[in-house]
Amino acid sequence: MHSLTLTELNAGLARGDYSARELTEHFLQRIQTLDPQLNSFVSITAEQALAQADAADAARARGEAGLLNGLPIAHKDIFCTRGVRTSCGSKMLDNFIAPYDANIVERMRAAGAVMLGKTNMDEFAMGSSNETSYYGPVKNPWDTSRVPGGSSGGSAAAVAARLIPAATASDTGGSIRQPAALTGVTGLKPTYGRVSRWGMIAFASSLDQAGAMANSAADCALLLQAMAGHDSRDSTCVARPVDNYLGELEKPLAGLRIGVPAEFFPADLDSRIADQAHAALAELERQGATLVPVALPSVHLSVPAYYVIAPAEASSNLARFDGVRYGYRCDNPADLEDMFKRSRSEGFGAEVKRRILVGTYALSHGYYDAYYLKAQKVRRLISNEFARAFEQVDVLMGPTTPEIAFGIGAKNDDPVTMYMADAFTIGANLAGLPALSMPAGLVDGLPVGVQVIGNYFREAQILNVAHRFQQATDWHRARPAVGDDA
Amino acid sequence: MSWETVIGLEVHVQLSTASKIFSGASTAFGAEPNSQASLVDLAMPGTLPVLNREAVRKAVKFGLAINAEIGKRSVFERKNYFYPDLPKGYQTTQLAEPIVGAGVIEIQLEDGTRKNVRIHHAHLEEDAGKSLHEDFFDEQGQGMTGIDLNRAGTPLIEIVTEPDMRSAEEAVACARKLHSIVTSIGICDGHMAQGSMRFDVNVSVRKQGDPKLGTRTETKNLNSFKFMEAAIKLEVDRQIDLLEDGGTIEQETRLYNGDTNTARSMRTKEDANDYRYFPCPDLLPVIITDEDIEALRAELPELPDARQARFSAEYGLSDYDAGILAGDRAVADYFEAAAQAAGDAKLAANWVIGDVAGQLNAAGITIEQCPLSAADLGQMIQRIQDGTISSKIAKQVFEACWNGEGTPDEVIEARGLKQMSDTGELEKIVDQVIADNATQAEAFRAADEGKQKKMFGFFVGQVMKLTQGKANPQQVNALLQEKLKETPGA
Amino acid sequence: MALDPQDLARVAHLARLHLDPADSDALAERLNRILGMIDHLQDADVGEIEPMAHPMDMVQTLRDDTVTDTDIRTTVQPLAPATEAGCYLVPRVIE
Repeated sequence: MHSLTLTELNAGLARGDYSARELTEHFLQRIQTLDPQLNSFVSITAEQALAQADAADAARARGEAGLLNGLPIAHKDIFCTRGVRTSCGSKMLDNFIAPYDANIVERMRAAGAVMLGKTNMDEFAMGSSNETSYYGPVKNPWDTSRVPGGSSGGSAAAVAARLIPAATASDTGGSIRQPAALTGVTGLKPTYGRVSRWGMIAFASSLDQAGAMANSAADCALLLQAMAGHDSRDSTCVARPVDNYLGELEKPLAGLRIGVPAEFFPADLDSRIADQAHAALAELERQGATLVPVALPSVHLSVPAYYVIAPAEASSNLARFDGVRYGYRCDNPADLEDMFKRSRSEGFGAEVKRRILVGTYALSHGYYDAYYLKAQKVRRLISNEFARAFEQVDVLMGPTTPEIAFGIGAKNDDPVTMYMADAFTIGANLAGLPALSMPAGLVDGLPVGVQVIGNYFREAQILNVAHRFQQATDWHRARPAVGDDA
Repeated sequence: MSWETVIGLEVHVQLSTASKIFSGASTAFGAEPNSQASLVDLAMPGTLPVLNREAVRKAVKFGLAINAEIGKRSVFERKNYFYPDLPKGYQTTQLAEPIVGAGVIEIQLEDGTRKNVRIHHAHLEEDAGKSLHEDFFDEQGQGMTGIDLNRAGTPLIEIVTEPDMRSAEEAVACARKLHSIVTSIGICDGHMAQGSMRFDVNVSVRKQGDPKLGTRTETKNLNSFKFMEAAIKLEVDRQIDLLEDGGTIEQETRLYNGDTNTARSMRTKEDANDYRYFPCPDLLPVIITDEDIEALRAELPELPDARQARFSAEYGLSDYDAGILAGDRAVADYFEAAAQAAGDAKLAANWVIGDVAGQLNAAGITIEQCPLSAADLGQMIQRIQDGTISSKIAKQVFEACWNGEGTPDEVIEARGLKQMSDTGELEKIVDQVIADNATQAEAFRAADEGKQKKMFGFFVGQVMKLTQGKANPQQVNALLQEKLKETPGA
Repeated sequence: MALDPQDLARVAHLARLHLDPADSDALAERLNRILGMIDHLQDADVGEIEPMAHPMDMVQTLRDDTVTDTDIRTTVQPLAPATEAGCYLVPRVIE
């Protein structure tokens, strides 16, 4: 069963090939057996999962099957789940049993999805390798000495190894697309505001966007159909009708204009990655799309702009972790200041503290204009360049990442090298555009991802492009070493 | 040497909304600790703010009431600092683009002097929770602080004045004027004791004629006009003493203790003011259209200044009395209702400013809680007018009504307070008084006119004593005048 | 721009993070590498461009002034490190 995609499993459930309970038991068994090699889950909620599966089977029997009825999924541990620990990969929240459900959790449950557990992640989503998690690094199922990418590394590894057919994830600077690329799965970051942020623990509020990971674009379309929509509890969530994402999947690509920014193929890019991306573009061209060279001249400033804006917002967003109302408090504080400082220093990991310090500095007196305001102006500059590109083309494409999966520990000494892993993905976050990464080949036996960026709210179009590509290729069916048993 | 005091105010006004500015929790006062702290108020991870429409409307109304420019695009920012009663680690407030821009109010001092005070701006923000410093101890007996977040997220406008005030009296007049405006337009309940209005005063002194402002201090969180006045006077004296002794003023935040009438410097940290403001990414720009503004303007009631002018013109009240009555919307409404019921505005004004205000003050209650309705007060005044009771008896009636004995007519009836206007009966009493006090009556007749005037009151008093005050004073006067001049037995 | 030890101490205090003097140099070195990368922003010619705070050009929606949240104290207070009589407890605040 686990070699099937979410879409295929959905059809199997509908046909009665198996029950939701059987499916849940099967995937729980896989998690039990295989996850010790990957460390992709931080919590497994077997009991609730079986109860939800039974409820889904009963609903189907009554003819009330929802969009995701009986399908096993996992939630990234950044999403609040009532009654279940929601740690955000941090010691700070190791004891935090969320008192409420995130909007995305509510919506997926309402659609009948069965939650099997919570996936590991970089602490507070700050990382590109999943090494900053309090619960230890996640391993890449293609090569367990390598990272799965981050911050949604747990969701990516679990989906890649077929421990779960689909998982939710979040993307602030590439946290869905980069690990999707490094583990060979399909990951979708919707337009900013398309999916509610209510209940998603904030890293950088103006960049954070919830999304999905699965083994095909069609699966992502199904997931987005369930998770998208207005939520009055999130002021930045748009009140705009949700498109029919499944309806456009098969649309032929004839007439499609694909913009290829030269900036996504820099001179020092690994030529093997470039070749795979070009091969993917050639396939789409074969299907009738036109390739158009476009320019995003300021996109090289994405990383510096992001590393001001995201830490600045994070320094403020993470101020609530003060040891007063929930979360970690240090032992025997000498006084109030000591309680604040030690609770935060002991509760947060090194990368989180670095980003808080950078963000605090960027906002502090005398530096605001030079750092924060400048970064916001560069953000608009980059956003305007994307807007101009979309006057000429329908989608933009290039490699998702400049590198394939790197070794665990390889970039620990230099944060800046690590940050460059998101060089191609950050632009879409700064502009708020929808983007996905899909598997498009292997280099040294490791997956290469290609990114498709769409115009605002054109998720249906990028899913269509990815789906047509996946109809003609089978990179998305390639299986990693861990879990390759069927 | 002569010193000039310079004062500016920052006034926190709690907006009287049902729910909080960014959450659906109740703002009701006096609930069990933390029973009105929602997920958002507690800053639970993953929660987000959504702005309360009514808070925006009330802030705009204030702007319109002071003829300020309304910020058609206003932006919420985060003011970052750590404090245990500030759950998010930042206060959501406005800085660069506030909802209310510059405006002006006119203040009036007791001697009738009027003066303009400029309002720099007013912005929307959320209140913090409360820290309770008593009653809590850990296992080792160390004092702990308890945090109650019921108040966290209560909508506030912070009104910032220019440093236009030159004395404690002016500052208090300004504070009273703001109180009058916000209660009149119905955006704040004005309950000072519950913290609905809190004042921070910025005080500096300079030599008379010096164009440069002196170093200022800020005394925070004064919640009564009395404390505000005392705290300013104390701070002005402290600064002048210090400067005259050759010292310098430190820019600092001070805490005033009303019980002891003392103040002290708050522990200051070198970093205290690096709040790292930046636009709140969870909230979007608030847009107010011209249509919104006109609709809100149409909702505004008559403002205190206009009402004061009307009271003077329409009812012939003195400027001062009109000002007192118009300054509080509830008092003004009460007065107008009483005046209408009484048919005599001046008498109604005297009663409201005098006995009613006095009793309310003594009981520590507001006019909304006044046990005597405006209609009752009007009825009582009518009874004075139509001669049923005297002004003196009216005080008794007033007290009885206050104590819940019924309407004025019921009290007059039940207590038999109806004035004796039957001349026959009164005549008998007057005769008896003169007969009982024959010696005094003799002396009266023998005295010259000047002396008679002094002696007359004795007879009036005797008549009133016998009638238990129920005699109509005019009739008593007339009868006595007539009878005393008669020779006995004639 | 670069952080010196004094800046680092000031920023750490603002962020209420305890700074171990033994790690301070290594931390400053890493932060300065990040700041060095960020300094590329200074090359950008942004001219008169408006700062961008939100990816969407949207305006704030307003909610009705109704009480929708009820008392959740018994649900949420077990999450707190220390409570008493309905209050969250912290070491005594001295103003």
